[in-house]
Amino acid sequence: MSADQMIPLMILGMALINLAIRWPVYLFANHFRFPPIVERALAFVPVAVLTAIIVPTVLYPGDGTALALTWKNPALLASLVAVAVSYFSKNLFATIGAGVVAFLILRWLLPV
Amino acid sequence: MSASDLLDRRMDSPGGEALRGLRDTLPFMFGSIPFGMLFGTLALAKGLDPLATMAMSLFVFSGSAQFIAVVLLGAGSGLWVVWFATFVLNLRHLLYAATLVDHVRHLSQAWRFPLAAFLTDETFAVMERRYRTQGGGPNAHWYYIASCFGMYLNWQFWTFTGITVGQHFPEVQNWGLEFAMVVTFIGIVVPLLTSMPYLAAALTAGLVAVIANPLPYKLGLMLASLAGIVVGVLLDIRKRGLDAPANGTKAEDPGP
Repeated sequence: MSADQMIPLMILGMALINLAIRWPVYLFANHFRFPPIVERALAFVPVAVLTAIIVPTVLYPGDGTALALTWKNPALLASLVAVAVSYFSKNLFATIGAGVVAFLILRWLLPV
Repeated sequence: MSASDLLDRRMDSPGGEALRGLRDTLPFMFGSIPFGMLFGTLALAKGLDPLATMAMSLFVFSGSAQFIAVVLLGAGSGLWVVWFATFVLNLRHLLYAATLVDHVRHLSQAWRFPLAAFLTDETFAVMERRYRTQGGGPNAHWYYIASCFGMYLNWQFWTFTGITVGQHFPEVQNWGLEFAMVVTFIGIVVPLLTSMPYLAAALTAGLVAVIANPLPYKLGLMLASLAGIVVGVLLDIRKRGLDAPANGTKAEDPGP
């Protein structure tokens, strides 16, 4: 198969796979409900998934291969600032603002 | 119609809901700017032509899967490897859909299809928060679809910009703007940590995600999510017994 045919086929396949995962739960929403234990587990999904995205992004900066559990990692310090601001203010925009500003300042203070 | 007319409309009208959905998605639209641009530049660097790069954003609309696909493609992987990675990476969408399905069950299939097809990590985060803090409402699906299309158009625009700009300024990869996405997620997660089971779920997920990070195909993300959920549920059962109801929706929560 030539690359000319392979790329469109790859994109089509990816689009169909995405749809096959995203659509069925809504499509058949009237015909099934999740068991209570599953619904209870789903309450933990946002916390677990979002944390699992955040922590490696912060601790493996750059190309994502080296762990940077050090004070010289501006993303780590700025994340701690964001956690503190979020905890005390409960305000999303204050958290984003404080976190981004802290990151920019720290990255300027701690050149890699 | 002026901007103040738009803002004066009833909060739960379709237009009012759509405006608020778009507004609450804005931080994520900013947060995904570097990813869209990175994807545009990276795909070109890995040998995809501009048309195929744009087509992938238009038809696949899944940032993480698109990134993995061009990286795998650049490494000479076959179609089946790319498709398998796409599948594994997007399994988390089953959990997202299952979390939100109670709020779309009453809608027609014509509504449910776009709400399913255009659901992303970001819109999930926005919708989960909205339903938890403000509950549903007669036109909540307008809020939802506005979030979807905001993210979609934003992704197309920045992919296109990345393709264009990336050819001239390759150093755009070092902007570090992706940190906006990280702090946005932090601002959502921290207020959710209201009891020991939730705190333990977050700590477990974070720890496992770091340990499992070297695993291929972002398997670490699935493993860490599952570990966090299992620990959270076990502690919740120990605390409140086996038959307690789910406490995912707290409509009385005032929100920001």
